[in-house]
Amino acid sequence: MPDQTTSDAPYADPMVPDLLPITLRRKELDDTFTIELDPGKPGFHFQPGQFNMLYVFGVGEVPISISGDPANPGKLVHTIRNVGAVTDALSKLKKGDQVGVRGPFGSAWPVIEADGHDVVIIAGGIGLAPLRPAIEHVLANREHFGRFVILYGARSPEDVLYMKQLQQWRGRLDTYVDVTVDHADRSWAGNVGVVPRLIERADFDPHHTKVMICGPEIMMRFTIKELVQRGMEKDDIFVSMERNMKCAIGHCGHCQFGGKFICKDGPVFAYSQIEDLLQVRGL
Amino acid sequence: MVKVDGLDKLLAEHPFFDGMDESYRKTLAGCARNERFKPGEMIAQEGKPAERFYFIRTGAVSLEFHVPGHDGLVLETLHDGDIFGWSWMVEPYEWSYDICALELTRVISLDGACLRKKLKKDHALGFELYSRFMPVMAKRLYRTRQQLTDMFAKK
Repeated sequence: MPDQTTSDAPYADPMVPDLLPITLRRKELDDTFTIELDPGKPGFHFQPGQFNMLYVFGVGEVPISISGDPANPGKLVHTIRNVGAVTDALSKLKKGDQVGVRGPFGSAWPVIEADGHDVVIIAGGIGLAPLRPAIEHVLANREHFGRFVILYGARSPEDVLYMKQLQQWRGRLDTYVDVTVDHADRSWAGNVGVVPRLIERADFDPHHTKVMICGPEIMMRFTIKELVQRGMEKDDIFVSMERNMKCAIGHCGHCQFGGKFICKDGPVFAYSQIEDLLQVRGL
Repeated sequence: MVKVDGLDKLLAEHPFFDGMDESYRKTLAGCARNERFKPGEMIAQEGKPAERFYFIRTGAVSLEFHVPGHDGLVLETLHDGDIFGWSWMVEPYEWSYDICALELTRVISLDGACLRKKLKKDHALGFELYSRFMPVMAKRLYRTRQQLTDMFAKK
């Protein structure tokens, strides 16, 4: 991907997609799949939390968070839920097919600022995908952080994303992982209940922690409430917002969120930056 | 047999009793019993008399609805420091769901009839207990409503 190899110096022309071949396609859930793209040399550098615009020619373009390991720029990974025409078209592509890619765009999770702090990752549903690069970063630099907590909620056991990886992370002695689902029968041996419930049991210092949250807005709202009750400062809580992004560079205005553009100013915001906007009904 | 003194100490360790006047706690300890349940053991069944009120010391339990033709539908799982069993305070004093131990679970339980008798005699104690109990119920109702919003459903 010439001229697009770092997030600091992105595209020569950010509106022109590069054609990248699919090297791997993996089903994650009934409606969710992962594709890996070959970015070519010298790889695709991004920061955890950033996203790409994926283009299926003749169908359209969608913003998709990068869900791979930022330390592995040779593999460009996206986990996608099939919810519309473009994602449906993406779901039908096979290994070797090409995808148009523009990116990386947007702001990143504060993994650098989190250095020396406890880190709490809270994800709901497919929101685990945009957080996975941050998790990979923390695990790869574990000695830089204090307690590391991953809390994840899904609709049902069948909807738990990256189940094997969650089990691997849980198996580490230096990482606390707790998973819950909204609905389950007795065959599920884990927790049942909402994500904020997990916060009560997690061990972290609310005055020395960075929290990163991604999931449905309603889930983030309940989660933030719990964190604030626990004593967290609003500046230390970070959320990834989702809106209909078209140009990804703040020109078209589709993703306008009050006075901000999600594509350019976000998608990752400190809660203190957008608290007022989140209270506006219908926004 | 654990003596009341021992039970009072166990109650004092449970977060539900944080800051409670010692005399109140000792009175309540008179209705208490130390219990343990094996994994898979049913603690309560929907429709059966709700005779006890439970404080989890360690372990985990599931709150379940019986759905005809299915295994139990789990509504919520509860863990160390949680409480369950409000049916002892509301007529007709019957469990409104099943409770199953998910792992070895140690609890302190209070006898509902004994409690009701003491609370009728001592309204201040009743107010103290209800003041602690109601926020737990409200929070659980709030969370149940969160679950009903189906937060993770496909848009």
